[in-house]
Amino acid sequence: MADKILKKLYIKVWRQKNANTKGKFETYEIENISQGSSFLEMMDIMNESLVAKGIEPVAFDHDCREGICGMCSLYINGRAHGPDTEITTCQLHMRRFEDGETITIEPWRVGAFPVIKDLIVDRRSYDKILHAGGYINVNTLGNLPDANNILIPYEDYEEAMDAAACIGCGACAASCKNSSAMLFVAAKVSHLAKLPQGQVERENRAKAMVAKMDELGFGNCTNTGACEAECPKSISIAHIARLNREFLSAKIKD
Amino acid sequence: MSNFLSSSIGKKLIMSLSGLFLVVFLLVHLSINLLILFDSTGGLYNEAVHFMGTNPLIKVMEPVLAIGFIVHIVYATILTLQNQKATPTKYNVTQKTKTFSWASKNMYILGFAVLAFLVLHIIQFYVKMKITDTAPIVEATGGHDGYKLVTDLFTQHGTLSYVYCAVYVLAGILLGLHIRHGFWSAFQTIGWNNYTWKSRLFTLATIFAWVIAIGYSILPLYMTFFL
Ligand code: HEM
Ligand code: SF4
Ligand code: FES
Repeated sequence: MADKILKKLYIKVWRQKNANTKGKFETYEIENISQGSSFLEMMDIMNESLVAKGIEPVAFDHDCREGICGMCSLYINGRAHGPDTEITTCQLHMRRFEDGETITIEPWRVGAFPVIKDLIVDRRSYDKILHAGGYINVNTLGNLPDANNILIPYEDYEEAMDAAACIGCGACAASCKNSSAMLFVAAKVSHLAKLPQGQVERENRAKAMVAKMDELGFGNCTNTGACEAECPKSISIAHIARLNREFLSAKIKD
Repeated sequence: MSNFLSSSIGKKLIMSLSGLFLVVFLLVHLSINLLILFDSTGGLYNEAVHFMGTNPLIKVMEPVLAIGFIVHIVYATILTLQNQKATPTKYNVTQKTKTFSWASKNMYILGFAVLAFLVLHIIQFYVKMKITDTAPIVEATGGHDGYKLVTDLFTQHGTLSYVYCAVYVLAGILLGLHIRHGFWSAFQTIGWNNYTWKSRLFTLATIFAWVIAIGYSILPLYMTFFL
C-alpha cells in the first residue's frame, strides 16, 4: 500500500541567528510529503526547498538517525521528540501528522542548554555532569579479571542495563517544568551503583554529579514525572529515588 | 553540612520531612475534630480541646509546628524561585507532556491557597482561644467552649455560615490535592521508592488524600446542614 501524501504542511520553526541574538518563529509551507517519510526527512525536504528559495536552511541537530546518539533534540507540538512515546525525533514518522496541519518545532527550553542556532542547543552541560563523576577509573596494569567472569545478580543486571540505556538526549530536562536534570543524573548514577565496577567511586559519584548539576543551573526535581513520560528509553523515576538514596547516604557518612 | 542543605536534594529533603511532619499534624487535628460528630452536646470535643490546651507536650509542639510551617514555606519559595530561574524561556506551544497529576505541577499555588485559608482559620479560632481570649466559656469547668465556637461559626452567621462552610470544604479539597502529590513525593525524595513501591505509594497517597479531603469537609457540612 502506498503511503498517503500530505499535500500541504505549515512548519512553524524557531529561527535564531546565534546565541546572542533574539530569535523568532517563522512559518514555512511545504508540499507533498509522504506519510512514510521520517520527521527528519521532512526537515531535509523543507531545507532543500528553503535553499531553492534563497533562504538559509533551518539548523537542527541529528547524527545517527536510529535512536542511539541522542542528538535530535526537537520539541514538536508541545512535546519533546514529538507526539509518540519511547522514541527520539529521528524515529518519528510523518504518519503521525495530518494534511494541512501546522507543526510547531521549538528548541529545548532549558536555561542550562542555551540555544546556539535555530533549533540547536548547547547540551554540553550534560557532558560536564558526566565528567564530574559519571565514569569508573580503570588501572590496566596487571591482571584484570574478564568482565564476563564477574557474576552479577540478575535483577541488578537488569536495573543497571535499564539505566544504561540513557542516551543523554536531554528530553528529561526539556520536558520538565523545572528544567531538572535528575533523570539523566539518576540514570548514570544508578547504572554504575548497580555494578561491581562502579563501587570504588560510588559515594563520591552521587555527590559530585549532583553538585555539578546544581552548579550548572538545572532546577530542583519536584517529582512531576514529565521526564519519565518523555524519556525515549523509558527510564523510570525509580532511579531518581536511588539517586536520592545514594546522595543522602553519602552525605550522612561525611 | 552547609553545602548539603544548599544542594538541590538537601533542600528537597527538608521539604519532604517538614511536609511529612505537617501531615502528622493534620492527622492529629482531624481525629480531634471528628469527635464533634460523636457527641452533639460537645462534651467530648471540649475535653479534647482542654487536653490539647493544657498538655505540656502539646505546648512544646506548638512552636515546633509553627517552625515546621515556616521552614516548609521558606524552602517551597526558594525551590520554586530557583526552578523558575532554571527555565528562563517558556515553550510557545503549551506543554502536552503527561505528568503524574495536575497537583504535581502546581504545588506552590496549592500551598499558598492552603496558607490563605490557614490565616483565616487562625483568626477564627486560634486567636480567639489563645490570644484575645474571646472564645465562649464552659460554665461548669471555666475552660473554653471550643464546641460552641466551632458550631456557632457554621450555624449562627446566616448566609455567611454557608460561605464559611464552602470555604472550609474548598480548603479540604485543596489540601487533599496537595497531599495527593506531596505524600508519595516525600517518600520518593527520601529515596524510599522503587519499581514495586511506586504504584503502592500512588495508591496510598490517593487513599490518604481522600481521607484528608473528606475528613476535613465532612465537619463543616455536618455542622452547617445538620445542626
Ligand atoms: C498542612 C499543610 C501542608 C502539608 C501537610 C504539606 C505537605 C507537603 C508534602 C508532604 C510535600 C512533599 C514534599 C516532597 O515532595 O518531598 C509538600 C510539598 C510542597 N509544599 Fe506543602 N504542605 C503543606 C502546606 C504548604 C504551604 C502552606 C505551602 C506554601 C507555600 C506549601 C508548598 C509546597 C510546595 C511548593 C511543595 C513542593 C516542593 C517540591 O517538591 O520541591 N505547602 N507539601
Ligand atoms: S534519562 Fe532519558 S530523557 Fe534523559 S537524557 Fe537519558 S535518555 Fe534522554
Ligand atoms: S539522530 Fe541519533 S538519536 Fe536521533
